[in-house]
Amino acid sequence: MRRFLVLLPLLLFAGVGVFFAYGLKRDPSNIPSQLINRPLPHFELAAIEGRDEGLASMDFGGEVMLLNVFASWCLSCQIEHPVLMELSRQNAVPIHGLNWKDKPGDGKAWLDRLGNPYTRIGDDWNGRVAIDLGVTGAPETFVIDRNGRVRYKFIGPITPQAWEEELAPLIEELRGQ
Amino acid sequence: MRTFLLVLALLASSAAFAVEPDEVLDDPALEARARVIDAQLRCVVCQSQSISESNAPLAKDLRLLVRERLVEGDTDQQAIEYIVARYGDYVLLKPRLRSDTVFLWVFPAFILLAGLAAAGVYLRGRPQAPLAPLDDEDEEELRRIMEERG
Repeated sequence: MRRFLVLLPLLLFAGVGVFFAYGLKRDPSNIPSQLINRPLPHFELAAIEGRDEGLASMDFGGEVMLLNVFASWCLSCQIEHPVLMELSRQNAVPIHGLNWKDKPGDGKAWLDRLGNPYTRIGDDWNGRVAIDLGVTGAPETFVIDRNGRVRYKFIGPITPQAWEEELAPLIEELRGQ
Repeated sequence: MRTFLLVLALLASSAAFAVEPDEVLDDPALEARARVIDAQLRCVVCQSQSISESNAPLAKDLRLLVRERLVEGDTDQQAIEYIVARYGDYVLLKPRLRSDTVFLWVFPAFILLAGLAAAGVYLRGRPQAPLAPLDDEDEEELRRIMEERG
């Protein structure tokens, strides 16, 4: 019994240590989305300057699509952009864009300079739709299934590896459903 | 005296708000309610701050949204629910008491009680009163043992 009592603080420390080690590994910016398995909230956004077609929640459904939140002021979006361009070249999946809180013209200038991977783009100039979607930062990408339901939220820039390992298999699976 | 004033000034400054002049509502009662709500909502960009303390653009948007809900006649609870519906329980700085958060709420009290119990057991195990002084017989015995050992 005495032996055990002597070891007790060490055991407690080990227990707390394991707990904290687990906590350190978790990404605090990865906030679970409230929209998973629910339909997209209703929205209708005008087109950004220089484009004709805006984006509405009605545009989703029929086939699996991505909704990508981007902004010209967002550095990580610039890192992600070539990956989206490549996906659009391959016709991998339709990608719709939500231009988040850009000044008029900034979104267009950004796309003119880097290329446009999006099928339709909505201008969320005041960020209200982003809040309805529970967006915490850019870029974020929602995977929307054929029934217009949100199935997954990817936080941060999509890397080729993330596409291969996470998104492509999921999209393939959703297409089969 | 100068040190005292400095400390006082630093203490007073801790109540800084990030609310910008253009956000403040004309109705002071509504603004006061909005400030109370702001302090309970976590900024999802800079997570250890509430939206009332954060300068992040998203925190500003959320402050504006809270004010808009209040102006439209929401109760405090409804305004908070509006944000929670979009960002989840995560935005509440004070977690709700539910089956999956019971551990969080009960554990500190449990540890305190366990500590008190352990302390009680330990104290009880100790001798209650100081030892009585040796009587004559014991003194005699003690002297004999000491002598024996040389």
